[in-house]
Parts: sequence; C-alpha cells; structure tokens
Amino acid sequence: MTAATTPLHYLSLADAAAALAARRISSAELTEAVIARAEAVEPRLRAFLSADPASARAQAQASDARRAAGGGLGPLDGIPIGLKDVIAVRDQPLTAGSRMLEKFVSPYDATVTGRLRDAGAVLYGRHNCDEFAMGSSTENSAFHPTGNPWALDRVPGGSSGGSAAALAAGEALATLGSDTGGSIRQPAALCGVVGLKPTYGRVSRYGLVAYASSLDQIGPFGRTVEDVALVLQAIAGHDERDSTSVGAPAEEFAAALAAPSVPRRLGLPREYFGEGLDPEVAAAVEQAVSHYRELGCEVREVSLPHTAYCLDTYYVLATAEASSNLARYDGIRYGHRCAEPRDLHDLYFRSRAEGFGAEVKRRIILGTYVLSSGYYDAYYLKAQKVRTLVRRDFLRAFAQVDALLTPTSPIPAFQRGEKADPLAMYLCDIYTIGANLAGLPAMSVPCGFTRAGLPVGFQLIGKPLGESELLAIGHAYDRVHQWGRRHPNL
Amino acid sequence: MSYEAVIGLEVHVQIRTRSKIFTRVAAGYGQEPNTLTDPVVLALPGALPVMNRAALDAIIKAGLLLGCEIAPVCKWDRKNYFYPDSPKNYQISQYDAPVCRGGSVEIELPGPARNLMGEHKRIPLTRIHLEEDVGKLNHGATESLVDYNRAGTPLMEIVSEPALASGEEAYAYLTSLRATMIQGGISDCDMEKGQLRCDANISLRPVGSTTLGTKVELKNLNSISFVRDGIEHEIRRQRSVLERGGRITQETRDYDGMTGTSQSLRSKEEAHDYRYFPDPDLMPVVIDAPWQERLRAECPELPFDRQRRFLADYQLPYTQTSVLVWDRPLADYFEAVVQLGGAPQAAGNWIINDLRRELAAAGVDPAASRVSPANLVALLRLIDSGSILNAAAKEVFVEMFATGDSPEAIVDRRGLRAAPTDSGELESWCRDAIAGNAKAAAEFRSGKDGAINALKGPVMKAAKGKANPKAVDETLRRLLAAG
Repeated sequence: MTAATTPLHYLSLADAAAALAARRISSAELTEAVIARAEAVEPRLRAFLSADPASARAQAQASDARRAAGGGLGPLDGIPIGLKDVIAVRDQPLTAGSRMLEKFVSPYDATVTGRLRDAGAVLYGRHNCDEFAMGSSTENSAFHPTGNPWALDRVPGGSSGGSAAALAAGEALATLGSDTGGSIRQPAALCGVVGLKPTYGRVSRYGLVAYASSLDQIGPFGRTVEDVALVLQAIAGHDERDSTSVGAPAEEFAAALAAPSVPRRLGLPREYFGEGLDPEVAAAVEQAVSHYRELGCEVREVSLPHTAYCLDTYYVLATAEASSNLARYDGIRYGHRCAEPRDLHDLYFRSRAEGFGAEVKRRIILGTYVLSSGYYDAYYLKAQKVRTLVRRDFLRAFAQVDALLTPTSPIPAFQRGEKADPLAMYLCDIYTIGANLAGLPAMSVPCGFTRAGLPVGFQLIGKPLGESELLAIGHAYDRVHQWGRRHPNL
Repeated sequence: MSYEAVIGLEVHVQIRTRSKIFTRVAAGYGQEPNTLTDPVVLALPGALPVMNRAALDAIIKAGLLLGCEIAPVCKWDRKNYFYPDSPKNYQISQYDAPVCRGGSVEIELPGPARNLMGEHKRIPLTRIHLEEDVGKLNHGATESLVDYNRAGTPLMEIVSEPALASGEEAYAYLTSLRATMIQGGISDCDMEKGQLRCDANISLRPVGSTTLGTKVELKNLNSISFVRDGIEHEIRRQRSVLERGGRITQETRDYDGMTGTSQSLRSKEEAHDYRYFPDPDLMPVVIDAPWQERLRAECPELPFDRQRRFLADYQLPYTQTSVLVWDRPLADYFEAVVQLGGAPQAAGNWIINDLRRELAAAGVDPAASRVSPANLVALLRLIDSGSILNAAAKEVFVEMFATGDSPEAIVDRRGLRAAPTDSGELESWCRDAIAGNAKAAAEFRSGKDGAINALKGPVMKAAKGKANPKAVDETLRRLLAAG
C-alpha cells in the first residue's frame, strides 16, 4: 500500500513527516485521524489508560502554526506520539498501571517527554501496561487488560503492551515504552511492530517510574526501523538529571540508515534456538536469516554459555532493586492511602496491601528476601557476578560478529489468561533478558505471521552504543519486507 | 570492684552546601515547611538523584584535616527502612566503602589551672561517610506533619573508636571536632539548628579488663554540655546498676538535658535489617590524586597545630593562644598583623582585649573589622616610639574601629601626640618635681625604688598628661642618680 492510499493514522512516521514538511497534510488532520481511530477502536482494544484529545489538538495547532510560519522543528514536528503510562508528563496522570497511583498527576515532565516536546511531537495517549512494568502480557494492569490488535482475545505482550497495541492499531504514529527484561521487544514482536531497547544509559531515565534501575531503558516503537531511528534521534543523549546516562555524543541514527548496506557478520546464539521455541516462530526467524544470507551477510553460530542463568539472575537483581524502588509508595506523600489508618504501621500495611497487585507484591517480597541479612551474598552478590559473566559472553561473541540474531519471543501472542503460572509467564522473556543484563541495544523487527495470522518478530542484539549499526542491519531487512506497515483487521 | 567507662561517639555534621546532596533545590534552615522540595526530594515517581560534588569535596576535606585515609572511589548504597521522614523509604548512604577511614581528633583536657595547658590526646576515628539527611516530623495531638525541607541535606557521619573515657573527654572531642569543621569551612556546626548532632555509645567494664561491656546508646544530646552531662549521668547509672549486682541491658536511651534524666527508648532486639545494596541510580565517583591535592591546598592549619606554633614562634601566653586559635578569623587577623611587623605579644593583647571587645559590641567578624591589620601595626608603632601614650591609644583605637581612619590621622586630629622624649621641657619638669619633693627623692636615693612614682605625678601634671611615661621614668632616674 502506498502512502497516498494509506489512512493517515497508519502512515509511517517518516511518510507522515514528509507529507507534513511538504504541507500536503496538516498536523491537525493527522492528529484528528489518530484521535478518531482511537475513539473507534478503544472500546474493544483498551490500549489507553488515559488520553487528552484537547491537549493533542492544541499541540497539533501549534505545530501547524510553526510550519505555516516557515519553521518546523524537524521530522517529529506535528506527529502524534503516545507514551507508556510509566513516563511522566507534566499535569497528566501517571498511574504505572497501578491502583497505587490511580489518582496521581505528575507535576513534572520526564526528560524524554521534554525532548519530544522540543521536537514538536504531539503527545497523545497514555498506554496501558503491566503494573509498574512487571509482566509480559499487560494482564497485570490494575485497570484492565489490553487486546492484541491482530486477535483481540490474545495478549499484546508486555509490559509495554498498550504502547505496542496502540501503534499496531493506528492510535499513534510512534510510541514510547520501557524495557527492563524485554518489555519493549516482546510486545513489539507480538503486535507486529518494530521496538528498540537502546544501550543502557543511551536514553535518560529521569521521569521513568523505576522498576529495576540498573536494567530499565526507555525506547521507541515504530512501524519501521526508520521510524524507530527518528524517534531515538529525538530522545537519546546525555542528561545531567540521570547519573547513569552515558556521555556519548548524539549520533545521526536516521542518517546511518542511508549508508549503503554492506555485508555484515551475524551470529546465531545456539542457546536461543533450543527447546521451547515455537516451530512457526522458528521458521519465520529462519526466513529472516535467509534474507540476510542473500544480502551477503556471513551468518555463523555462536555460543553464549551463561544464557541458562539469565532468567534467574534477572529475577534476583530486578526484584531486589524493585523492592527498594517501590518503597516510596507508602501512602504518606502521594498515591493510595487506606481509609482511616489506626497508626503508622496500619497506614503502611493497608495502603500497600490495597495499592499493589499480586505480581508487584510477589516481586517486592522476593526482592526483600534476596537482600536480607544472611542471603545477600548467596543471591544478590552472586547474581551480580553472573551478570558480569553474561556480559562477557556477549562481548566475546562480538569479537566474531557484528550483531546477534535471535527470536524475540519463543511464542506468538497467547490467549488472555493462558499463563496463570508466574514461572510460565517469566519464560516469555527468555530471549530478551540477556540484553538487559548486559546493557546492550536490542531491537525486535517483524518478520512475518503465523498461519493463524499472529505476528512474529526477530531480535537483533548489538554492541554497546552500537545503535547506528544495529538500526542499519535491521533496516537492511525491514526496508524490503515492511511487515510493520500491515494493518490488523480491527 | 572499680569500673571504667568506654565511650564511642557518632557525630552527624551537616555539610554547608548551596544545594542539596542529590538535587539542585536549595539547602537551608528556617524556611516555610516543604518549600525546599522538588521531585527528587519528595521521591516522586521517576525522580533520580544526581550527586552534588561540593558535598564530596567537603567530606574529602574533613578527611584530610583529620588525617583519614581517603577512598579511591566514592560509592553509594541504599539503606532500606520505612519511616515518614525518609521520602524514598531508603536513605542514600555509604555502607562498606566510606569515603574516609581512620584518622583522629586531637583533644585537650582541662589543665590544672585556667592559664595552664591541659593534657592532649588523640581519639582515633573508625570512619566518616556521606549520606543524606531526613525530614522532620512534627507531632500534634491527633496527627503528625512532615517537613521535607531538611531531607536531602548533605550529612557526614563521623564515627569514633570506643576510645573516650569520660564526659569531659567527649566534651573536648566535640569542641575540637566542631572547630575543625567550622575552620575548614565544612559546616557551621550550629547544634541548635541540628547542624551537629551526637549520639554516644557507653559501656562500663572492670578496670583492667580488655573486653567491652554491654553498651547503651544515648540519644538526643543536643548541646556539647548535654553530651558531657548525659554521658556522666549514664556512667553513674550503669555503675550503680553494676554495683548492685545488676546487668546492663543493651538499649537506646533518651537523655533529657533539662532534667538530667534518661529513659529507655527501645531495646536492641528490635534492630533493623537495612538490606544495604549498591544504589543503581548513582555511578561510583573516582577520587583521584589531583582532586585530593586541590582540596588539601584549601585545608587550614588545625587549631592545635596553630597553637603550638603561636606558643613557639610568638611566645604568646597560653591563655591568649587558646583564645586566638579557636577563632580562625581572629587568629588570621593576628597573623596578618604580625606579618606586617606588629610585635606579637602587643598585637595579641590589643586583639584579644580591645579588638574583641569592639567586634562583640558591633557584632561583626574580624574580617569585617574597620581597623585594618596595617592600621593596628601603625598604632603599635606610635605607642612603641612614645608618640602616643597608652591611655590615649585606647581612645584612638575606639575611633579607628568606628571610622576606619589611620591612627596618625586621629592622633593629629585630636592633638593626642605625646611630648617628644628629647624635649628640654621634660628635663626641667623633672628637676622641678625632684626639687619640690625632696622627701621622695631622698627615699629613692636610699634604695626605696617605689618612691620614684611620687615624683612622676607632678611631671605628668606639668606635661598635661602628654609625657611619655618611659621617658619620664628614664629622665627622673638619670637626674636622681646624678645627684
């Protein structure tokens, strides 16, 4: 389908930016189309937790005024972009999918929010997610589940399921999610869009509701690799409000795509193609591998020997950090407070008991346990050591190859309620967690559909701060196949 | 059986910085509640800490002043516990890698008399680490309110070894530590504002024993005198328990300085598990040698070192040195005067008696004195040369302080210049005095030295008070000797 016949809300960001720059369309029209689409699909999809159409319309008008005055702030100016509801937007609700923050309104902008504003983006839609970003299906949202746009009775993945579903359903032209163990890449794969988790520290975490500080990264969802590059361009770069943000100079991520694609060396980690991988997913990923071979890439098998320990390591480190990060939700200064507390302890106990859902409580308890006196060395300290080994595995592999190619999720979108066992749910992230532990950039690129019509994605994992190269490799496939431009029948 | 006390002190010192330790909002005291806050201080969702380098500078300086070993890396840990004054319900602190280890605080115990130096000791330190202060709870009848203005103020915890033996030593320790922190520009150490807070761990053991007895932690010691009194009270309490054959319970006690009593707050069985772990939001900071050297260059001389130098180099009396060295601006002023050629002992007298009196009356700091060190030196020269009498000099000084004018200008303006010593007038006044007081002259000649004073009065009277007493004395003696 060409840009000319595509409904406005399904345009790629790059196409929409070109149309806006040429004044073929206005941001007001584009934004109105997205709002109308959201109003049409939200009753069934439920990807949003809140939205402020009036604010979006005002932002769109301001963008059009800039362009009419001969200005314009670049490719994002006038583009409707939605945010996962863990990213702070001044004077807008910020719930993190939790009863705890049901009525909380953020008095400040996250750094990424400010950067999107500076780029002229029209901020529209706060997306549903697993509570405090803990989950892989968005079923842990305290408010409601979100459907998968390709099969409404199936999950969109998680925790950034709302952001992936909203984009796939045409409720935004790009969205931002956050990824701690796969929370951008897995829903991107399950919803048939591109999702990038940047290098740890590439994008500021200031204003991101913290789940696990040493693993969390904000990243973009887009219909194409190019779109993801354009959004990354706007949000990446050092932030003095985040000590963990890297000082590396901003790169021209979108420009990197224009470079002629040269044959590259791709590695297939053998540990990522074993038991538990759905055959249809495996077949689609194999097709993508074939494409790279045809492009002249050298594809070889590599080994990441500590892969088997990634999940355990993750659930020690992430829950330890979460147990401390979530201590601030105590009912004292903001957030849910129980009715008529008898005393301080009653206030703490009941406010937190009522405010947090089961998965959040499970992880707080686990994290509290692993940090406890007498257990710290056996769990937390050991997990940190394994984390170092996992990172070393990746860096050794990068001595042989430029990027790793793996399935993103072992399975396509599953039925709502299908994974009631928490451990079964945790296995959804088995291929994505490694990149978080190692702090590496990783991206899910759509690579086809199952016979039942469910999207499949493959994952590319790159070198530290190697986003430009990673995007170029992904683009070499994506510009040909463009699976992310297909629309669900919704 | 006789017992000895073993005391360790944990001192919290607020560091004086413009902004808080992990965010840009101002640090301060006495503002409207909850006005010194921002998303970081209030621990809003998504807020992140960023270290204030000035706070790290301050603790490194403190460590250098106290002879500590400075860690090569400043690393941050989270201390997890729930309390409403702690916005995040964890405190960013340092657990296993404090910035400073070792070092010591030199103390001086009271001497046998006010004008005699007492015994000096060095109290070894365990560690000094950096952390953030918490907010303040205000308890009402039915509700409690929290003020987060203080939350996030940079705080140093200075932990001594259990090496103090009495309340008096604790008093001396805090006096010395406080002066070092103030003179180093690290803190104002105003205990009323909570800028210096002290907890004491006290245990008793039989004299000669090398193991430590059960310790009691004493809190709420909010003045240096209360620290001394509280410790002495606790030592008496424990001694009486032990002498009755009782056992000391490990507990935390609250000392009330007003009533001189203490009561148990909690026993140690309720001890917390703080679940310390490295704070993933803050990167470790490397403290390299140039950084340390830059700060070392800013470190002032320690008070006791300065005192030893003043005693040795300037032969000042002990009492004068112990006034000067505890007041760095005053001691700096003194040294400026000496550098410009002022005689140390005369300068010391003028500064301690006259300058301090005027400064106190005007409520200003020595650095803001309108008597410049150069003008004080000029005044000392006028006195020394006999150009001005001591009594007149006192008046001149007051006017110098009030106007900032040079002593010469004031002396000339007010006609206070003393009669020249080589004047023929002086000799004739002296002759007249001897002639008119034959009895006193005879007494002096027969060996009664004090009789000369009876001759000075008439000379001064004749000179209308402007004669130089030294010249009068010399002239009279010369004439009397000559017969």
